[in-house]
Amino acid sequence: MGKIVAVTGNEACAQALKQINPDVCAAYPITPATDLMQRFSSFVNDGKVDTELVLVESEHSAMSACIGAAAAGGRVATATSSQGLALMWEMLYIAAGTRLPIIMPLVNRALSAPLNIHGDHSDGMGARDTGWIQIYSENAQEAYDNTIQAFRIAEHLDIRLPAMVCMDGFIVSHSIERVEYIDDADVKKFVGKFQAVHPLLDLDNPKSYGPLILTDLYHEYKRAQHEVMTKVPKVVLEVASDFEKMAGRKYGLFETYRLEDAEMAIVVMSSAAGTTKDIIDQYRDKGVKIGLLKPRIFRPFPYLEIADALKHVKAIAVLDRADSFGGYGPLFMEIAGSVMSMASKPAMINKIFGLGGRDYLPDQAEGVIDELIKVAQTGKVPAVKEYIGVKE
Amino acid sequence: MTTTVQPKELKLKELAKGEDRFVHGHRMCAGCGAPIVVKQVLMATNYPIIASNATGCLEVSSCIQQFTAWKIPWIHSAFENAAATISGVEAMYKSLVKQGKLDDRNVKFVAFGGDGGTYDIGFQSLSGAMERGHDMMYVCYDNGAYMNTGIQRSSATPFGANTTTCPAGDAIPGKLQQRKDLTRIMAAHGIPYAAQASPSNWLDLMKKVQKAFEIKGPKFLNVISPCNRGWRSKTDDAIALSRLAVETCYWPLYEVENGALKITVKPKEKKPLTEFLKPQGRFKHMFAPENEWMLKQAQEYVDAQWEHLLKEEAFWTEAKK
Repeated sequence: MGKIVAVTGNEACAQALKQINPDVCAAYPITPATDLMQRFSSFVNDGKVDTELVLVESEHSAMSACIGAAAAGGRVATATSSQGLALMWEMLYIAAGTRLPIIMPLVNRALSAPLNIHGDHSDGMGARDTGWIQIYSENAQEAYDNTIQAFRIAEHLDIRLPAMVCMDGFIVSHSIERVEYIDDADVKKFVGKFQAVHPLLDLDNPKSYGPLILTDLYHEYKRAQHEVMTKVPKVVLEVASDFEKMAGRKYGLFETYRLEDAEMAIVVMSSAAGTTKDIIDQYRDKGVKIGLLKPRIFRPFPYLEIADALKHVKAIAVLDRADSFGGYGPLFMEIAGSVMSMASKPAMINKIFGLGGRDYLPDQAEGVIDELIKVAQTGKVPAVKEYIGVKE
Repeated sequence: MTTTVQPKELKLKELAKGEDRFVHGHRMCAGCGAPIVVKQVLMATNYPIIASNATGCLEVSSCIQQFTAWKIPWIHSAFENAAATISGVEAMYKSLVKQGKLDDRNVKFVAFGGDGGTYDIGFQSLSGAMERGHDMMYVCYDNGAYMNTGIQRSSATPFGANTTTCPAGDAIPGKLQQRKDLTRIMAAHGIPYAAQASPSNWLDLMKKVQKAFEIKGPKFLNVISPCNRGWRSKTDDAIALSRLAVETCYWPLYEVENGALKITVKPKEKKPLTEFLKPQGRFKHMFAPENEWMLKQAQEYVDAQWEHLLKEEAFWTEAKK
């Protein structure tokens, strides 16, 4: 049995990293992720971990050093947010293309301009196509649990891909919640010993990393990367099953809430799911058959599994905490991709909410459900995409 | 457990017997200076070496698909980050040795980059790695332009040179700015060792490499590396031109060890800069009568830099007495 503590999301993630004890961390401060690595730095300087901490001069160098360290052959982690992730963009593709299992808590924050330090998913969504596994967390407990599971998923010998563990900036990273920590020894046993694959540090079997590959084989290389991604869901579920045995908490590719008999569904990720569940309870009390689906693994996206979970609903509202300007919200597009495989297609609406840390309040969820009831009754969608919680 | 490594004897006969760690089959242009520089660096020592490489000529030509010219562990990740990448490799080595997960085999860490990847886009990454004090050596092969993308101006391009982005035009006759003095900038980081070398003076270069590898901490070596495509020179002129660069004092050979500067090779007779410029098509326009001022300005700059070096060396000679 673990210890129950009152901690922030950042603190919980730092604790997970401490228990995992990576060989190298390279990081650069950025709000709201700063606090996570700051706490981890104390563990390093107090001798509580064996980690070699590389305090680089930019996020670009943070990811570059992580790539060098991971190719050298050991367990590697970093953390970032927003502009930091944007500066890493080039290296994110290289980490994934080189198949290096680097773990990165991403404390989701809005992207500039205008400059804003608060939470939304613009950063994570921008890194959607980089080849990283993306896991989104609703609260501090999930951020902690997902960090521990991410190492097992990323380092699995069938996978060897980098993974981001996302939590909402400030809302989760800086709010104190009840979290159940797992015992150090259990975490250590769960994560296991790092297995190096073709390490640079194997001097007797020298390897070259990062070749030039042109028209003759690049395409095949990318298909191989795609094929690896298709193996991720199975590993995620295996790891979740082992995790449940250890910690008693159940995880899947996504979470459903009162969805089994629902006629309508709200799809939303991360912290906003908590508020939405509360409002769903209120409507359920009034006899409204509404449920929720909260994606956990955004990359790879479990299209068919989600389609199966939503196949019986008449109307879906997808709530995006990011926008794809000139397009629908990024989560909406994925759910639309899931709906494509359904025999009878539900009506769908897309709400953009909470950008730059704008509060997602109960009345916004109520407004969405009220509209969804009408959409379900009439089958008519007045506007597919709309911003909510806007000051007019 | 730490392995001891015997120093290498720097005699041609001995060196010729050694195993090459950067081998034939790479696709660098005939007459390129860069592979000569790499071979000399790797040949100078018996230590095990792990190298990183910035995107550039050397990288795209030495590891293509399943072929590699590197007999040592080697990593390329991107253009601007050879220093940050090798710093990560070094950090992992340090961590695993410290934890007892790996034997200490006295591994040396080297980053190779061209002048574009070092002076310009990789400057921040290099500066950061030097400041952090990683046990590594950064080797810049400086051919004075972005040769891989087709001879574009860099901050290492010499005054007057004709490149594809600063062509010798009717209104603007080539590059009008002087080079960034990167070796001095790296020395100003307070690192234990920074030096300039030339493949023409192979013994001097190898001695510098040997010395650098005996020093713990960050080291920087800037090596002139002729590029006959960009310099518009003869294919077999790499060594002759790098020698002229030294003899004209365009590329002085010196080292800065713990702050103290020493010129390691002093030309017996300082040749006029035109001897270095003349055989290179990139400076051809400077020899037109209307551009005489350019030759004068280029010579004055080299003279001033050389005088400055001599003065500084005299200061340190005096200080050591």
